[in-house]
Amino acid sequence: MKIRAQVAMVLNLDKCIGCHTCSVTCKQVWTSRQGMEYAWFNNVETKPGIGYPKDWENQDRWNGGWKRKKNGKIVPKQGGKLAVLANIFANPNLPEIDDYYEPFTFDYEHLHVAPELPTTPVARPLSLVTGRPMEKIEWGPNWEEILGGEFDKRSQDYNFEAVQKDIYGQFENTFMMYLPRLCEHCLNPSCVASCPSGSIYKREEDGIVLIDQDKCRGWRMCVSGCPYKKIYYNWTSGKAEKCIFCYPRIEAGQPTVCSETCVGRIRYLGVLLYDADGIEKAASVEDEQALYEEQLKLFLDPNDPAVIEQARADGIADNWIEAAKRSPAYKMAVEWKIAFPLHPEYRTLPMVWYVPPLSPIQSHANAGAIETVGEIPDVRSLRIPVRYLANLLTAGAEAPIVSALERMLAMRIYFRQRQLGEGDGAAVLAQAGLTTAQVEEMHRYLAIANYEDRFVIPTSHREHAEDAYGLKTSCGFTFGNGCDFGPPHSTLFGGKMGRRKLTPVRPVDT
Amino acid sequence: MLSNTYVNTLLFGVYPYVCLVVLLIGSLIRFDREPYTWKSDSSQMLRKRELRLGSNLFHYGVIVVILGHFAGFLAPHWAVDWALSPTAHQLLAMVVGGIAGLVAITGLTILIHRRLTDPRIRLNSRKWDIAITLMLWMQLALGLLTVPLSAFHMDGELFETLTSYVKGIVTLDGSVAALMIDVPLTYKLHVLLGFTLFLVSPFTRMIHIWSGAGALAYLFRPYQIVRTPKTRADEPVRP
Repeated sequence: MKIRAQVAMVLNLDKCIGCHTCSVTCKQVWTSRQGMEYAWFNNVETKPGIGYPKDWENQDRWNGGWKRKKNGKIVPKQGGKLAVLANIFANPNLPEIDDYYEPFTFDYEHLHVAPELPTTPVARPLSLVTGRPMEKIEWGPNWEEILGGEFDKRSQDYNFEAVQKDIYGQFENTFMMYLPRLCEHCLNPSCVASCPSGSIYKREEDGIVLIDQDKCRGWRMCVSGCPYKKIYYNWTSGKAEKCIFCYPRIEAGQPTVCSETCVGRIRYLGVLLYDADGIEKAASVEDEQALYEEQLKLFLDPNDPAVIEQARADGIADNWIEAAKRSPAYKMAVEWKIAFPLHPEYRTLPMVWYVPPLSPIQSHANAGAIETVGEIPDVRSLRIPVRYLANLLTAGAEAPIVSALERMLAMRIYFRQRQLGEGDGAAVLAQAGLTTAQVEEMHRYLAIANYEDRFVIPTSHREHAEDAYGLKTSCGFTFGNGCDFGPPHSTLFGGKMGRRKLTPVRPVDT
Repeated sequence: MLSNTYVNTLLFGVYPYVCLVVLLIGSLIRFDREPYTWKSDSSQMLRKRELRLGSNLFHYGVIVVILGHFAGFLAPHWAVDWALSPTAHQLLAMVVGGIAGLVAITGLTILIHRRLTDPRIRLNSRKWDIAITLMLWMQLALGLLTVPLSAFHMDGELFETLTSYVKGIVTLDGSVAALMIDVPLTYKLHVLLGFTLFLVSPFTRMIHIWSGAGALAYLFRPYQIVRTPKTRADEPVRP
């Protein structure tokens, strides 16, 4: 056994209000640059919908993630090493920028300079790729926001697999939920496996997956290799970029920008100890529905003395082990089993997990008697179909989702009964398989969600930190050419990044 | 002018070494000092159309052409002579090179059309991106022109002259420039443009050829890469 630690994230979808604060703060910090306008390290999708980039979940189309061969070995779904190299000149699985959206701005200047006109002047959209006017914006970063667009298109959603979806197009049966997405910082990342130049790596100390910008050659295989489409090709710099899990903040014990700014307080960050030697076996299990359980088995109990001893032997610092004991991620994923990985069937063993959302009881059930199973309302009468959530989070296995939803309902019923003096809630807890101590703690983490409970992040160790003395009065992060900021300038080698000025926009002739 | 002895020595005895030195030292400096600029600079993401066909035809064609040049010019006599007569050797080079060259130039023509006519690609091209593709096109065209020319002298003598020249250059024997003085103009231009491509390569996207060869290391590495944190102890002590 080889124990490694990772700072994992859990998102409580039950509380996500779809405000996009995470996406916007992330973009402002990391991707507000030429070449990355179209890229969102964090984005929030309204489900059901085909998402961003279009249809990303459909691996029959994009060939991301891993596939299991007949001999039980797994290889990237886009092909083995020879196939990846053979496709290096033109990647058949690479999305085009229009699959995300063509980035745009508006010709605001026209509003200032337009002469007297019979009609109100308008600001026409201008492409940020060419700087030229766009006839019409046909897709954007969040085109399906709050069920935007026709049901016919949104219902192409891959998670409708084995769901009788037609009735959900009717107004009275419709449902929706939000899905904030970022890089999963997988245990078995297929982007790392797909990189011909070996520039992508997982950090041993905290599990963050990064791209070495100096080693990336722009072969683009990671973009197609990632089933979540969370690696983006910077079309100006010619390098791939991805969510860095705000590692400079994590190293200092601070939460990521998306977590820090989440107004719904839905994000949790905590240490998970896992058995690195078991990764390949867990990812290679035959039954896709068993992948969730197999990944769960990799996570080790931080209170087990044998685990602590081995963790110390493997070089994990004591403050990390202490953090693991208080980890909200461990409680939600392992102790209460209310958090699940996103699309485990891709076999990447993702490390950003989700608590499925509760939803209103369907109106027909509400009108008559609410169907209950024992003390708890039947979760199958919730508006969001259980199978839909199962397709999203457990490769279609419904039992774990049903159990998690029941536990969340049980917590509400328990506290309602106590609040209203209707009983002690013992029967509900017994049915949901929770103890009083557990449900009180669940309530503290899920409903109160204090900052210090949500974020338990150990700092990195001084001996691993960069020597800050040498960084003093240095340039910080630049784009390769000395202490320059602003647009990358021309150099002897390779000329400018692009021929255009930083803002390519030309006013429309009036 | 090209048959003037002085000019001939300059162009075929000195110039090749200038080009090779700039290629090697220039690539090394760029790799070491500006690794962030070292990339293939793909534009596939902005427009897929035409790229898949054009790029595959060009790259696969040109790889055969380059490997053919290496094998044809640098293989020692004993490795070839037992199997092929000079005429057969020349014929093989003409057929394989001709076909691969045609494939490559077809692909490159598609790529040039894409680069010049698609506004997304055109507006995001550097001057060097366009210049280097046109130079490559000319080089392929010159190379293909030598195929019908060679058909007029199938005795393999001219091929032997050129082979001796290339071997001489590679073995640092500048005196072989004299061999080039009576070679037909098309061959001369092909050789000169070839060395010029070496010369400009460190300043263009051509450096990705090194990485293309380097990517073969992918075949021999494990799928997963985990980096252990450096500790202060690994770093040199600051004086």
